[in-house]
Amino acid sequence: MTGLTTAGPRAPRARSRLFDPRVLLGVLVVAALLVASLFVGVYDVLGSADGWQMFLITRVPRTIALVLAGAAMAMSGLVMQLLTQNRFVEPTTTGTTEWAGLGLLATMIAFPNPPLLVRMVGAVLFAFLGTMVFFAFLRRVTLRSSLIVPLVGIMLGAVVGSISTFVALQTNTLQSLGVWFAGSFVGAIEGQYEVLWIVALVVIAIFLVADRLTVAGLGEDIATNVGLNYHRIVMLGTGLIAIATGVVTVVVGNLPFLGLIVPNIVSMLRGDDLRSNLPWVALLGIGVVTACDILARTIIMPFEVPVSLILGIVGAAVFIGLLLRQRRRGSR
Amino acid sequence: MHTATLSTPTTTGADARGGERRSGSFATAAARRRYWVWVSCLIAGSLLLGFGLIAWANPMPLGTRGFWIIAQHRSLAVFVMALVALCQAMATVAFQTVTNNRILTPSIMGFESLYRAIQTTSVYLFGLAGLVSFTGLTAFVFQVGVMMGLACALYGWLLSGRYANLQVMLLIGVVIGGGLGSVSSFMQRLLTPSEFDVLSARMFGSVSNANPVYFPVAIPLIVIAGGVLWFTSRSLNTLSLGREAAINLGVPHRRMTIIVLIATSALIATSTALVGPLTFLGFLVATLAYQVADTYDHRYLFPVAALIGFVVLSAAYFVMNFIFYGSGVVSIIIELVGGTVFLIVIMKKGRL
Amino acid sequence: MIQLSKVLKRYSSEVSIGPVDLEIPSGGITALVGPNGAGKSTMLTMIGRLLGMDEGSITIAGYDVASTKSRDLATIVSILRQENHFITRLTVRQLVGFGRFPYSQGRLNRDDEAIISRYIDFLDLRELETRYLDELSGGQRQRAYVAMVLCQETDYVLLDEPLNNLDIAHSVTMMRHLRAAAAEFDRTIIVVLHDINFAAAYADYICAMKDGAIAEFGPPSAIMRDGVLSTLFNTDITVIPGPNGRPVAIYF
Repeated sequence: MTGLTTAGPRAPRARSRLFDPRVLLGVLVVAALLVASLFVGVYDVLGSADGWQMFLITRVPRTIALVLAGAAMAMSGLVMQLLTQNRFVEPTTTGTTEWAGLGLLATMIAFPNPPLLVRMVGAVLFAFLGTMVFFAFLRRVTLRSSLIVPLVGIMLGAVVGSISTFVALQTNTLQSLGVWFAGSFVGAIEGQYEVLWIVALVVIAIFLVADRLTVAGLGEDIATNVGLNYHRIVMLGTGLIAIATGVVTVVVGNLPFLGLIVPNIVSMLRGDDLRSNLPWVALLGIGVVTACDILARTIIMPFEVPVSLILGIVGAAVFIGLLLRQRRRGSR
Repeated sequence: MHTATLSTPTTTGADARGGERRSGSFATAAARRRYWVWVSCLIAGSLLLGFGLIAWANPMPLGTRGFWIIAQHRSLAVFVMALVALCQAMATVAFQTVTNNRILTPSIMGFESLYRAIQTTSVYLFGLAGLVSFTGLTAFVFQVGVMMGLACALYGWLLSGRYANLQVMLLIGVVIGGGLGSVSSFMQRLLTPSEFDVLSARMFGSVSNANPVYFPVAIPLIVIAGGVLWFTSRSLNTLSLGREAAINLGVPHRRMTIIVLIATSALIATSTALVGPLTFLGFLVATLAYQVADTYDHRYLFPVAALIGFVVLSAAYFVMNFIFYGSGVVSIIIELVGGTVFLIVIMKKGRL
Repeated sequence: MIQLSKVLKRYSSEVSIGPVDLEIPSGGITALVGPNGAGKSTMLTMIGRLLGMDEGSITIAGYDVASTKSRDLATIVSILRQENHFITRLTVRQLVGFGRFPYSQGRLNRDDEAIISRYIDFLDLRELETRYLDELSGGQRQRAYVAMVLCQETDYVLLDEPLNNLDIAHSVTMMRHLRAAAAEFDRTIIVVLHDINFAAAYADYICAMKDGAIAEFGPPSAIMRDGVLSTLFNTDITVIPGPNGRPVAIYF
């Protein structure tokens, strides 16, 4: 049961380059999905008179939002896995998403009709706080099994979720709460989605600091030994996760399991080499979210289901598959 | 040493050689005395609160027929609290022992998500009428059956064979619960606000959800599952030493684990179908019980846990009924307290 | 006597242990030694039925480990693993009392209590018996665990690296206790040891394992030889006569 991160499949480790020609192929596939996303929908953007206008107001922003949210959430999952050295953590299995939701709710109650920016700040702050709580927990306990980590994280999420439920019940917003938290790109239209560009900065930052995050994940002693300021890096990593999760939760909603399944699939296919995996994680994150969103738009046309429903089901299935794989490899 | 010589109240006949040494369930005689003091206090508290819930602020004069009708009605609620306390307490203590982990609670393993999904589906498909008619004994048996079916399928699948792994099983249960949660929350947003209002009353545990027609099934189930746990409690003591130590002592670990988990899921399924989800009540009660009882012995842990469960539930109802007049949120208050205790417990240093 | 025939455990297509054929005689201490990853602990846990084998069979005093009821086996063989963490707090006496479970099923009678006291005293834990395990030092705690498996009163006692994390004084005390237990209570003790010199000093037989197979088996005098040890550990080892006629391996 030990050594989860080292037990992973490893491709022969050739000297990794950040850019692999195969990335181009991946880019092409994802680009095709994105083009499909631009043209899938109830409104006929090609045939109608105001098609072009609708295209610019809804489809283009939505597709940009998919790119940003998909890449950011997949990368935050990766950052969490690096910092904790545990394959099964990501914002939904550590309670981060629930904290962001609680933050959102708190600003809604503290300020009537808060502007988007205030809501975002609330969500980001709470997500940061919650993630720190979880990391503090991880540092304090000695774990016999890495599988306990997501179990505790999910329970922590349930605690935070029950606080949100209580608040929502007291303020008569229970049903709306469900609507806010369910991830959906319906609201990603011109004038609404722009703040999502913030997470583009997060993605770039993760590319820059990924190596240091890996070292921090090996523990305070090792990080200090190689001359890194451990606490600063953990704060930085947590901050990046919190910003990505907070902003995405406010604008889009919850995208369950994305950060978990994407990095795991990438390392299954390509081995555990972080540097060369980074672009793939971003790409696959975009690809998975886009595919799920297209499915969400078409599955009960002319209506839409929230993408979080599709992701929740697909993600749960993939997660269970990963667990079964782990069981076969790691059991006594 | 002098403490050990005193700790013999359950055994008769003093050792003639003097300096008698006994193993007992408690470390010292003081611990044993403390235990019995706590039990007495809890029993007294339970009686007081139970009686209070029945008789306090009864609008009819004492002794009249109206008084007794109201008292009878209220004693039903008190009885349901006792049943739920017993279920949650025993199930959680046993579950934490077999999983060798004192911060897990059995309810997270998909039982509640399944309950919520069943309730939501009945409104979603059949509207308000569907939900209202979905209350009889058949509905109860159906829900208990589905929850137990899922649990047993999980155990059969993941706890047998070469790759049996308890933690993977737990996590898969939780993840399936998460998936069901997504489906329920999707259906919920399609409901009309009035449908949602009725549904949300069912989504939170409340003793008023319980219906006496469930008792012919619920009580035997609780008696059987509780009895199984009680009679395996000595083996449970060895399970708390971990798998290897238990096998070394000749306890068939895998079989015991599965038996205990099935009994646990019967209790949780019954409690959930009876009153609705109560995620952290069991956790709260078990955590307090370990503090109060300070013993490894499940024969002493179970009664204390059940008593604490009853005191917590009835105190919460008493306060919310007669002081704050907000009985609708009782379960949520308990959840919040339990959740806070959970946060405190995970922030303590330890080993999992 | 413990008999292993064609015992095999497969971890993956490349990593496996066995097939092992081995006979461990009754009485005395048998030390399992060998380099890291040789399969010592795996062998021990298979004998103690904590780990299933893929092929072959193990019998202890004629009882087949795979088919004998676990409860009956618990009165024939006891095993102590390296890592022991409990979720409950136990006093030393409560822990040792668990050793009587195979006989009492948790209901301790007067005789059980006397036996418990005997082994607590045997391991010099009398003063500590009402203390909680988490209040003890590593060496004391290890003695309490050993008292528990001795209290099980099985003819065969399997110990997985009982000297792990013990300093020199505690290691010596522990080995002396085991020696005395083997002699006084007529037990067969099989113990995984890291230090070849401890094995040479206290064991009656040494079973050397390497790469999942038995490399050598015999009395210390047969194993404590330059050539045998050097091949076993892949290091130049010189054996010199030590005090009390015990050979000592020098490897630095």
